[in-house]
Amino acid sequence: MTKADLIDEVSKIANMTKKETETIVNTIFDNITDALSKGDKVELRGFGSFRIRHRNSRKGRNPKTGSSVDVPQKRVPFFKVGKRLRELVNA
Amino acid sequence: MTKNDLVNAVAAHGLSKRQSSSVVESVFDIIFRCFERGEDVKIVGFGHFRIRKKASRRGRNPQTGESIEITARRVLTFKPSKGLKQRINTATS
Repeated sequence: MTKADLIDEVSKIANMTKKETETIVNTIFDNITDALSKGDKVELRGFGSFRIRHRNSRKGRNPKTGSSVDVPQKRVPFFKVGKRLRELVNA
Repeated sequence: MTKNDLVNAVAAHGLSKRQSSSVVESVFDIIFRCFERGEDVKIVGFGHFRIRKKASRRGRNPQTGESIEITARRVLTFKPSKGLKQRINTATS
Protein backbone atom coordinates (compact mmCIF):
# COMPACT_ATOMS: atom_id res chain seq x y z
CA MET A 1 0.00 0.00 0.00
CA THR A 2 1.25 3.46 -0.84
CA LYS A 3 0.26 6.82 0.55
CA ALA A 4 -2.08 7.34 -2.42
CA ASP A 5 -3.94 4.10 -1.61
CA LEU A 6 -4.16 5.14 2.02
CA ILE A 7 -5.62 8.53 1.09
CA ASP A 8 -8.08 6.79 -1.21
CA GLU A 9 -9.40 4.51 1.53
CA VAL A 10 -9.51 7.19 4.21
CA SER A 11 -11.44 9.56 1.95
CA LYS A 12 -14.12 6.89 1.41
CA ILE A 13 -14.49 6.13 5.10
CA ALA A 14 -14.37 9.75 6.25
CA ASN A 15 -16.55 10.99 3.41
CA MET A 16 -14.07 13.69 2.47
CA THR A 17 -12.57 14.65 -0.86
CA LYS A 18 -9.22 13.17 -1.79
CA LYS A 19 -7.68 16.62 -1.63
CA GLU A 20 -8.90 17.22 1.92
CA THR A 21 -7.84 13.76 2.95
CA GLU A 22 -4.40 14.25 1.48
CA THR A 23 -3.92 17.37 3.60
CA ILE A 24 -4.94 15.46 6.70
CA VAL A 25 -2.73 12.44 6.00
CA ASN A 26 0.22 14.73 5.26
CA THR A 27 -0.46 16.60 8.49
CA ILE A 28 -0.23 13.36 10.45
CA PHE A 29 3.12 12.27 9.02
CA ASP A 30 4.52 15.82 9.05
CA ASN A 31 3.66 16.14 12.72
CA ILE A 32 5.34 12.87 13.56
CA THR A 33 8.43 14.04 11.68
CA ASP A 34 8.41 17.42 13.43
CA ALA A 35 8.11 15.84 16.84
CA LEU A 36 11.03 13.54 16.06
CA SER A 37 13.21 16.34 14.78
CA LYS A 38 12.64 18.14 18.08
CA GLY A 39 13.83 15.00 19.81
CA ASP A 40 10.35 14.07 20.98
CA LYS A 41 9.09 10.54 21.17
CA VAL A 42 5.86 9.67 19.38
CA GLU A 43 3.78 6.99 21.02
CA LEU A 44 0.83 5.46 19.22
CA ARG A 45 -0.91 2.92 21.43
CA GLY A 46 -1.11 -0.55 19.96
CA PHE A 47 0.77 0.57 16.88
CA GLY A 48 4.21 1.41 18.10
CA SER A 49 6.48 4.28 18.96
CA PHE A 50 8.89 6.41 17.01
CA ARG A 51 11.98 7.82 18.62
CA ILE A 52 15.39 9.15 17.78
CA ARG A 53 18.57 7.19 18.22
CA HIS A 54 22.00 8.73 18.23
CA ARG A 55 24.85 7.32 16.22
CA ASN A 56 28.36 8.35 17.21
CA SER A 57 30.82 9.40 14.58
CA ARG A 58 33.00 6.58 13.38
CA LYS A 59 35.66 5.71 10.88
CA GLY A 60 34.19 4.07 7.84
CA ARG A 61 35.68 2.79 4.66
CA ASN A 62 34.81 3.51 1.10
CA PRO A 63 34.02 -0.01 -0.05
CA LYS A 64 35.12 0.76 -3.58
CA THR A 65 38.51 2.32 -2.94
CA GLY A 66 39.20 1.06 0.57
CA SER A 67 40.14 4.55 1.71
CA SER A 68 39.19 5.54 5.24
CA VAL A 69 36.47 8.16 5.64
CA ASP A 70 34.94 9.89 8.64
CA VAL A 71 31.28 9.15 9.18
CA PRO A 72 29.89 12.06 11.20
CA GLN A 73 27.62 11.53 14.18
CA LYS A 74 23.96 11.59 13.31
CA ARG A 75 20.47 10.97 14.53
CA VAL A 76 18.38 8.20 13.06
CA PRO A 77 14.66 7.59 13.41
CA PHE A 78 13.74 4.32 15.07
CA PHE A 79 10.39 2.58 15.13
CA LYS A 80 9.55 0.11 17.84
CA VAL A 81 6.63 -2.09 16.89
CA GLY A 82 3.81 -2.15 19.44
CA LYS A 83 2.78 -5.38 21.08
CA ARG A 84 -0.60 -5.61 19.39
CA LEU A 85 0.87 -4.98 15.96
CA ARG A 86 3.76 -7.36 16.53
CA GLU A 87 1.34 -10.14 17.42
CA LEU A 88 -0.92 -9.33 14.50
CA VAL A 89 1.95 -9.49 11.99
CA ASN A 90 3.13 -12.83 13.31
CA ALA A 91 -0.37 -14.34 13.53
CA MET B 1 3.59 13.09 21.47
CA THR B 2 0.56 10.84 21.46
CA LYS B 3 -2.36 10.16 19.19
CA ASN B 4 -4.24 12.97 20.91
CA ASP B 5 -1.65 15.52 19.73
CA LEU B 6 -2.09 14.26 16.20
CA VAL B 7 -5.86 14.68 16.54
CA ASN B 8 -5.33 18.29 17.64
CA ALA B 9 -3.01 18.95 14.70
CA VAL B 10 -5.65 17.59 12.32
CA ALA B 11 -8.36 19.63 14.02
CA ALA B 12 -6.34 22.76 13.26
CA HIS B 13 -7.40 22.25 9.64
CA GLY B 14 -10.99 23.11 10.49
CA LEU B 15 -12.35 19.72 11.47
CA SER B 16 -14.21 19.12 14.70
CA LYS B 17 -12.38 17.27 17.44
CA ARG B 18 -14.65 14.28 16.93
CA GLN B 19 -14.12 14.20 13.16
CA SER B 20 -10.37 14.58 13.54
CA SER B 21 -10.26 11.75 15.99
CA SER B 22 -12.16 9.44 13.67
CA VAL B 23 -9.96 10.33 10.70
CA VAL B 24 -6.76 9.67 12.66
CA GLU B 25 -8.23 6.37 13.86
CA SER B 26 -9.10 5.34 10.30
CA VAL B 27 -5.61 6.12 9.06
CA PHE B 28 -4.05 3.74 11.57
CA ASP B 29 -6.88 1.20 11.18
CA ILE B 30 -6.26 1.01 7.45
CA ILE B 31 -2.53 0.60 7.93
CA PHE B 32 -3.25 -2.08 10.53
CA ARG B 33 -5.48 -4.02 8.18
CA CYS B 34 -2.82 -3.81 5.52
CA PHE B 35 -0.30 -5.47 7.84
CA GLU B 36 -2.93 -8.05 8.73
CA ARG B 37 -3.07 -9.03 5.06
CA GLY B 38 0.72 -9.23 5.08
CA GLU B 39 1.12 -6.22 2.85
CA ASP B 40 3.88 -3.61 3.08
CA VAL B 41 3.09 0.05 3.56
CA LYS B 42 5.09 2.74 1.83
CA ILE B 43 4.64 6.39 2.73
CA VAL B 44 6.59 8.65 0.40
CA GLY B 45 8.76 11.10 2.33
CA PHE B 46 8.32 9.19 5.56
CA GLY B 47 9.32 5.59 5.29
CA HIS B 48 8.58 2.04 4.36
CA PHE B 49 7.05 -0.53 6.70
CA ARG B 50 7.98 -4.02 5.62
CA ILE B 51 7.02 -7.43 6.83
CA ARG B 52 10.02 -9.72 6.86
CA LYS B 53 10.10 -13.44 7.32
CA LYS B 54 12.67 -14.75 9.73
CA ALA B 55 13.76 -18.35 9.52
CA SER B 56 13.93 -20.37 12.71
CA ARG B 57 17.33 -20.41 14.34
CA ARG B 58 19.05 -21.63 17.44
CA GLY B 59 19.34 -19.14 20.21
CA ARG B 60 20.59 -19.24 23.74
CA ASN B 61 18.89 -18.22 26.92
CA PRO B 62 21.37 -15.59 28.11
CA GLN B 63 20.51 -16.30 31.73
CA THR B 64 20.90 -20.06 31.82
CA GLY B 65 23.03 -20.54 28.71
CA GLU B 66 20.78 -23.32 27.48
CA SER B 67 20.22 -23.63 23.77
CA ILE B 68 16.68 -23.07 22.57
CA GLU B 69 14.96 -22.96 19.24
CA ILE B 70 13.74 -19.55 18.08
CA THR B 71 10.78 -20.36 15.84
CA ALA B 72 10.30 -18.92 12.37
CA ARG B 73 8.33 -15.70 12.55
CA ARG B 74 7.26 -12.61 10.73
CA VAL B 75 8.42 -9.25 11.97
CA LEU B 76 7.66 -5.71 10.98
CA THR B 77 10.52 -3.38 10.17
CA PHE B 78 10.55 0.33 9.47
CA LYS B 79 12.97 1.81 7.00
CA PRO B 80 12.98 5.60 7.22
CA SER B 81 13.00 7.44 3.91
CA LYS B 82 15.81 9.74 2.90
CA GLY B 83 13.58 12.77 3.46
CA LEU B 84 12.78 11.78 7.03
CA LYS B 85 16.43 11.11 7.86
CA GLN B 86 17.42 14.47 6.45
CA ARG B 87 14.73 16.38 8.32
CA ILE B 88 15.76 14.77 11.56
CA ASN B 89 19.38 15.75 11.11
CA THR B 90 18.81 19.32 10.01
CA ALA B 91 16.86 20.11 13.18
CA THR B 92 18.27 22.89 15.30
CA SER B 93 17.83 21.61 18.81
